[in-house]
Amino acid sequence: MAESYRRSQWSNGLFVLPYLAVFLVLLVFPLVWGAWLSLHKVDLFGPGRFVGLANYGRVLADPVFLQALRNTVVFVLVSVPSLVALGLFLALALNKTTRATSFLRALFFSSSVLSVTIVTLIWRFVFIPGDGLLAVISEQLGIAPVNFLSTSGWSLFSVGVATVWWCLGLPMMLFLAALQQIPSDLYEAAALDNAGPWRVLTRVTLPSIARTIMLVTIIQIVMQFQLFGQAQLMTNGGPNGTSRPLVMYIYEVGFVRWDVGKAAAASEFLFLIILVAAMAQYLVSTRKSEVSE
Amino acid sequence: MSASIEITNVTKRYGALTVLDDVSLSIEAGEFVVFLGPSGCGKSTLLRMIAGLEDVTAGTIAVGGERVDTLPPGKRGVAMVFQSYALYPHMTVAQNMSFGLENIGMAKAEIGRRVEQAAATLEIAHLLDRKPAKLSGGQRQRVAIGRAIVKEPKAFLFDEPLSNLDAALRGRTRLELAQLHARLGSTMIFVTHDQVEAMTLADRIVIMHDRKIEQIGTPMEIYQRPASRFVAGFVGSPAMNFVPVKGVNENGGTLRIETCGLGDVAAAIRLPARFSPEGGCLGIRAEDVTVLPAGEAGIPLKADVVERLGDRTLIYGQLADGTKLAAETDGRSEARSGDTLQIALDTSALHLFDAAGIAHHAGGD
Ligand SMILES: Nc1ncnc2c1ncn2[C@@H]1O[C@H](COP(=O)(O)OP(=O)(O)OP(=O)(O)O)[C@@H](O)[C@H]1O
Ligand SMILES: [Mg+2]
Repeated sequence: MAESYRRSQWSNGLFVLPYLAVFLVLLVFPLVWGAWLSLHKVDLFGPGRFVGLANYGRVLADPVFLQALRNTVVFVLVSVPSLVALGLFLALALNKTTRATSFLRALFFSSSVLSVTIVTLIWRFVFIPGDGLLAVISEQLGIAPVNFLSTSGWSLFSVGVATVWWCLGLPMMLFLAALQQIPSDLYEAAALDNAGPWRVLTRVTLPSIARTIMLVTIIQIVMQFQLFGQAQLMTNGGPNGTSRPLVMYIYEVGFVRWDVGKAAAASEFLFLIILVAAMAQYLVSTRKSEVSE
Repeated sequence: MSASIEITNVTKRYGALTVLDDVSLSIEAGEFVVFLGPSGCGKSTLLRMIAGLEDVTAGTIAVGGERVDTLPPGKRGVAMVFQSYALYPHMTVAQNMSFGLENIGMAKAEIGRRVEQAAATLEIAHLLDRKPAKLSGGQRQRVAIGRAIVKEPKAFLFDEPLSNLDAALRGRTRLELAQLHARLGSTMIFVTHDQVEAMTLADRIVIMHDRKIEQIGTPMEIYQRPASRFVAGFVGSPAMNFVPVKGVNENGGTLRIETCGLGDVAAAIRLPARFSPEGGCLGIRAEDVTVLPAGEAGIPLKADVVERLGDRTLIYGQLADGTKLAAETDGRSEARSGDTLQIALDTSALHLFDAAGIAHHAGGD
């Protein structure tokens, strides 16, 4: 009995093995290798020379890195709250089952399945000077057209608009799922308690989905810090690097200028930032939910 | 504070499905009324229509003389206790109770006074700072009742509030509800499908069945003079015995009822002229069937199952022709299954039902 029990435990472990292998090869190994690379002066042709933390120093002293860092932080600070707020708004608006809401849910979610290439193509049609949708509209209205993709400030904004449009489906769906978990008798009790729509929202609905709001925020922080494709394809980081995000900086340093060690060091910074941001959210949320229960 | 409730010709439909059909009911101020009926008969629906949680398809509802069926739930002056309690999980007990009062802009001091008083009454004062997740089922129940009490409503509506409690707690809470009603003197409507709750709590019971109100009456009226065969079979445990009737002969005030199984039975039942025995049946409760001492001759009953409940013994058996009949006798009975017993009927407690289920009682109509 004991023998077969122990054997069965071993064989249980076998089921995890394939994933464990993939996890080690594709995640842990690159992580460790990246850390190793960041301590060396490497190019793609020769084995590196150990330089200690020199790469990190070079990254921190690089004004282009600092600019990209600032761009990315600004981008995250604006896009993540927008995604959470808009996702929540849409979920609240579509939290009924009628044919119209089902159609709209599907419609809003459909943008999420598009590839980044198609998303940027669509939004280039909107923002491009001359023939773009906004240019045509502002011409009709007699307003001087803005060159969205190559004006400092507007370019990062345009990337943000495209990103929010692209990523909105997931927050909306997660919020909808959470809203549907709220028992309907809570709303009935609130109706008997004379609660107006605002009180219902703030005292019943939002507290009930607080965990999901946290979850969506963490997911979006992690995702939006990794902004790359949209910026690359819409503005190519311009003008003057004002829309260049961190990942694009890493890509340019590593694969355009082949300074792999420095790129690895910058990656470690990005990894650390995402880790800290996610952990902070996590800590705040667990503390809050402990208080609330 | 308490108010009468007037339900007039109320109909409820969900699409093509009619759940309540032209129901009228008038409840006096301060009355404790229980809606009793089998699952799905529309008890909750009627209660929720009074609360304003369901629309009325046709008809009117008035509380305290004021028509309310067009008002939103919060404006009707009624409070409801849900079966699931529906406490707000993110608020403390005190916040749960004060939420409704804050919403109508009541002064803080008055809210505090009411919450404290209700908490003291319900013995939940030590729980005021807890969240519902940290309460037992019985405590949650009290909070739910407390949330209703603080509103000082014109009427309390309860939808099976005891069904999530264990048997002991249910009994105790039932008692406390009765005391609460005596103290507050408020109008209360209580939905249940538990007969014991209905019999013990109600001033009047409303028996609902098949989209209609079947009978309205005091617990004793319902039990002793059921208006229909449905009520007779639904109320009482074990259920009333029904024996098919072959014919009736009236002569000089007494009625001779020919039955299958019980033979000819004489009863003082006055029947309307157009009564037809076709498809009718005779009803008698188990406690009105007496098991005769050994040696006395009566109607033979072959016992199939003998249930000993301690204070009494229930005997489920068959009459000569196979008709099933339950009899009740005292706890010291030595009857065993397989025995053939001799029984007698208390003919003053007979009920005669026609094919449509309309009842006629011994000693009255
Ligand atoms: N929203 C709805 N749509 C359609 N039919 C409904 C709806 N709500 C209730 N019903 C139907 O109305 C009937 C009465 O329901 P109700 O909940 O009032 O029964 P009930 O007497 O309270 O039963 P229970 O004792 O099981 O609680 C049921 O047949 C039910 O299926
Ligand atoms: Mg019900």
